[in-house]
Amino acid sequence: MTTLTRVSATPAQRPVRGGAGWPMGVFWALAVVVPLLFLGIFFAWPVVEMVRRGFVVDGSLDLSGFADVFSRPRTWRLVGLTIAQATVATTLAVLLGIPGAYVLYRRRWRGRAAVRALVTVPFVLPTVVVGVAFRSLLVSGGPLGFLHLDGTFVAIVAALVFFDYAVVVRGVGGMWERLDPRAEQAARALGASPWRAFRTVTLPALTPAIASAASLVFLFCATAFGTVLILGGLKFGTIETEIWVQTTQFLDLRAAAVLSVVQLVIVGLALTVAGRARAHRERALALAEPVSRPLSLRRPAGSPRRDGHGLALAAAGATAFVVLLLCLPLVNLVVRSLRVGDGWGLDHYAALGSTGGVLTVSVWTATLTSLRTALEATVLALVVGGLVALVVSRRPRAAAGRRAVAGLDALFMLPLGVSAVTVGFGFLLSMHEPLGLPIDLRTSGVLVPIAQAVVAVPLVVRTVLPVLRAIDPRLRHAASTLGAAPGRVLRSVDLSLAARSIGLAVGFAFAASLGEFGATSFLARPDNPTLPVLIFRLIGRPGPDSYGMALAASVVLAVLTASIVAACERLRSPGSGGEW
Amino acid sequence: MEDDAHMPIPAAPHHRSLLAATATLAVAALAACSSGGADASPPSATASASVSATASPSQAPGTVTLVTHDSFLLSDGILDDFTAQTGITVKVVQQGDAGALVNQLVLTKDAPLGDATFGIDNTFASRAVDEGVVAPYESAAPAAADSATHPGGPGLTAIDYGDVCINVDHAWFTKHHLAEPVTLDDLTDAKYKNLLVVPNAVTSSPGFAFLLATIGAKGDDWQAYWEALKKNGLKVAEGWSDAYYTDFSGGGADGPRPIVLSYASSPPETIPKGGGDATTGALLDTCFRQTEYAGVLTGAKNPEGAKKLIDFLLSDEVQADIPGSMYMYPVSTAVQIPEDWQKFAPLAPAPFDVAPGDITANREAWLAQWSQTVVG
Repeated sequence: MTTLTRVSATPAQRPVRGGAGWPMGVFWALAVVVPLLFLGIFFAWPVVEMVRRGFVVDGSLDLSGFADVFSRPRTWRLVGLTIAQATVATTLAVLLGIPGAYVLYRRRWRGRAAVRALVTVPFVLPTVVVGVAFRSLLVSGGPLGFLHLDGTFVAIVAALVFFDYAVVVRGVGGMWERLDPRAEQAARALGASPWRAFRTVTLPALTPAIASAASLVFLFCATAFGTVLILGGLKFGTIETEIWVQTTQFLDLRAAAVLSVVQLVIVGLALTVAGRARAHRERALALAEPVSRPLSLRRPAGSPRRDGHGLALAAAGATAFVVLLLCLPLVNLVVRSLRVGDGWGLDHYAALGSTGGVLTVSVWTATLTSLRTALEATVLALVVGGLVALVVSRRPRAAAGRRAVAGLDALFMLPLGVSAVTVGFGFLLSMHEPLGLPIDLRTSGVLVPIAQAVVAVPLVVRTVLPVLRAIDPRLRHAASTLGAAPGRVLRSVDLSLAARSIGLAVGFAFAASLGEFGATSFLARPDNPTLPVLIFRLIGRPGPDSYGMALAASVVLAVLTASIVAACERLRSPGSGGEW
Repeated sequence: MEDDAHMPIPAAPHHRSLLAATATLAVAALAACSSGGADASPPSATASASVSATASPSQAPGTVTLVTHDSFLLSDGILDDFTAQTGITVKVVQQGDAGALVNQLVLTKDAPLGDATFGIDNTFASRAVDEGVVAPYESAAPAAADSATHPGGPGLTAIDYGDVCINVDHAWFTKHHLAEPVTLDDLTDAKYKNLLVVPNAVTSSPGFAFLLATIGAKGDDWQAYWEALKKNGLKVAEGWSDAYYTDFSGGGADGPRPIVLSYASSPPETIPKGGGDATTGALLDTCFRQTEYAGVLTGAKNPEGAKKLIDFLLSDEVQADIPGSMYMYPVSTAVQIPEDWQKFAPLAPAPFDVAPGDITANREAWLAQWSQTVVG
């Protein structure tokens, strides 16, 4: 822990003016300690407790599980498959997401806000619903049945890209729109082709954001569970599905613990690679007010050839294609939700207000519960994630300090890379009278927003951090030279620049919390279910009415998500939301 | 991560009191802001108030916590009636499927999640009993004698049961002028090639139940049977919803396959809106019987309340509600079965059976062999 204490001390060691030094020291200490406490109590402890159960038998350490699990050929196959599907899906998501980020964040056109919100929808749909939306397209006799993709590796990868495309678009786009266009313009003025200017000027500037987004996508893919099972069937298990089977079906905690460690190692390696890629490229960038040029299909009159119009068109074409593909399952979902018997109608939507005799609460009540829970989770994630991003954006002079900062950064990514089953079951082991407090948190329902926040924190960090890191330190120096106390510098430089990316972070965190169904599904929940839980229950019942209601409720969830994401984006535009 | 056992208290000693204070505050604040919605349940509050005047002091007071799976449901107001009768408020906590439920109960047996449990089924019963999850209790409710005809082991009280059976889409077979299959062996007939879909036995509890049906039927030859199924174009879907709604043609979503694994109680849900006959039916020679049990959790804070709740689950009121809300048959023979059920959801006369002890002993091995056979 000493290294971390040093980190917190480093920024405060800078020359301080007036009596402001002491409160700043306390601030930085809290900025490190509060998030660490949160992560320690609500993530590390449950996970360690669960893994410990697997390795400690009758009070003594038993590591024989490693030899046992590694001698099964199945384990190696699963490790290979996990890495393969995550790598392929991440690569595809990045390759498709970069043009998407350009078109959706750097260019301006009618309907852009709607499409931005639309691409986020897949990210929050419950996997069981995505399973329906996807598989009913691919199944033989379905609209895309002729492709024979049902139960193939391609189907899994397609679904993973479907889920995570938004992560790349938003992560990279948030950075891109703030990039000062003058550097690229200068390169062009000096004779570089549009492609060369992009490759040598813009791409390097975006690399940290791309690496950030790619690492998120990789973690999401490496721990994907429902998607893999539903679309891939038996052949394509992953480490995550195996942990689920070993824990919930066989109660083989030893094997589950070994697999959890393997998963952690893979995730750790991925984070290290991403961290390296970021560190190489990360530097201060000239950030500007969001800039975007209008996008038109026709070459603007009077502009010269080789002005990059072709490149823009290619990006627009690629994005249109991807958005179309994203729409297919979504449209399929809407169409199916409108199907009533042999005809069409809004009956399933009308039924959402009642409990229909098969639910404890109506869909609208569950929607309110979902919104309330997601709001709590978002506030938590914003506080914790914001503090982490602020601390991690510092660049201590000492090498140990820099390592500690990088370690802290990676640490807060782990919740995305560790099995939801391990976390969920770990909560049960650790949250009975935690820290000696006389309360049983396990059945109180409090853990639901917390579990969602733990997952949303890395999203907040990854969204805000690239912007904070790109702030030119000279801005801060200038501010303090002009007499601003450290607290004032933090407020008027860091916070005011980061605040503009907070809208994006809020939208992201909110969306993630709304859709979270991993750890939540293993928590003991009092009978006020969230929307994804309700959808899961509905689709688990026989009868066309339950099915129709489940799909209608999914459409509600999708629309809700899209509206909230769109609203959060509006918060950022100068003028409307102000400098909040 | 296993080295980080001290993570939860990550500070130097002199910080500890501050940290503990912060943590307490945070936890308390969260508890306060999260419980607001959950506590607002006026009906039960008024019910308990009106009863408290008549309640005798010997009655178990307060709250009883029922730990159950995601499919647990009773019609609106039934648990309030329990509160009205006993003065006890029921708190229901739900998590995962039957398998996850039992395993969570095993993991938390030193500090149980609640007082009573419902939803341990016969495929997990012997694990729950062996691990000492439930405390001994024999209900004296009128339906207890009926319940005892479904023994699950000491401490387990049978509440409901049902058959997991192959379902067929009558409409599809009529349209294609094909006779419907009847037995397990028919499913391997080339006439029915590429027509069957079942949920994964590893990830789905009805899927596992069907594996048990084949083990009960074929004994040691069950793997050969599955090989024949596979050769005949068997499709394995991830879960019940996936199989029933995406692959099955009769579930209302127009999938391609007319034979699916589901429950004997599914067909009544396919009666057309205007009435008439169910468009699907169950093959009663292909079934495995699932029984769901309730029990008092070992170490319960309110064991007396838990016992009362189990008696209540055997009451006519709850037993009569079970078919409509949980798609299972009540154990009580005293209550009326819905008319639709008598017609379209009859029970299998002789379902296949595997002893609970054998299931617990062989679950992992059977599933490994099954995966091997079906995936190849």
